[in-house]
Amino acid sequence: MERIPILKMGPFLLVTIQVDLYDRLALSLENDLINMVSRTGARGVLIDISAVSIVDSFMGRILGNIASMSRIMDAETVVVGMQPAVAITLVELGLTLQGVYTALDVEKGMVLLQDKIGFDQLQEQDEEEEPDDRTE
Amino acid sequence: MIVLNKDAMQIVREQDVVLFRNRVREYSTKIGMSLVNQTKLITAASELVRNMLKYANGGKVLIEVISKNAQNGVRLTFTDEGPGIADIQQAMKDGFSTGKSLGLGLPGAKRLVNEFEIQSKPGEGTRVTITHWKNGR
Repeated sequence: MERIPILKMGPFLLVTIQVDLYDRLALSLENDLINMVSRTGARGVLIDISAVSIVDSFMGRILGNIASMSRIMDAETVVVGMQPAVAITLVELGLTLQGVYTALDVEKGMVLLQDKIGFDQLQEQDEEEEPDDRTE
Repeated sequence: MIVLNKDAMQIVREQDVVLFRNRVREYSTKIGMSLVNQTKLITAASELVRNMLKYANGGKVLIEVISKNAQNGVRLTFTDEGPGIADIQQAMKDGFSTGKSLGLGLPGAKRLVNEFEIQSKPGEGTRVTITHWKNGR
């Protein structure tokens, strides 16, 4: 069966969708990605849809699902490279991809993910430091 | 209105959706439709063909290139022999779905194209016709 490759890049997973997704392929991507997040402990998922010319409500739901599932697994999702025509169509369709982070291209998406995770780590450090203050 | 070209397709499997979308793209490119309008038409078509597969196990699509008042357009007619829709008004509301979807298919498709027509009889089937003109108006 056809599969969409998932690449591991440091703490992130990178997926580039190069084909028109039919339902089963999209569902298996959702499944593979979540398993991969669990196996690798990835902190971020980057989905490049620059080669996707049609995003309908099903595909939009899959993207939303991936984002919510990853979040539960402690990973953030950024969708990058959406074509302008796709963005116009999605909003008119009524699908605003709430809860999904977006960036213009892979590079900006990577920076966004790093920011998200960096911010988290800073917060964790703050929390760790607090009890120390009290003992002093 | 004149029909310039006609093409019929059977939709029975998921993979047919991709073939069908490509066919619609071909025809809309041929009449010089802009990318945004193509994307709107194909997305609407994708919603409708998906409904047909999901609720009626497939059906037929007629793709027509039509001309009216010196303007060309693409008209798609989706015909299935599925369970039909009992309450079309309700089905056309955002967020209503009898399946586990977002309920954007029908109302979303209507927003994306210039003309939208739906007829359905419970127990007999559903027919949806959408038309999108070259300039999107």
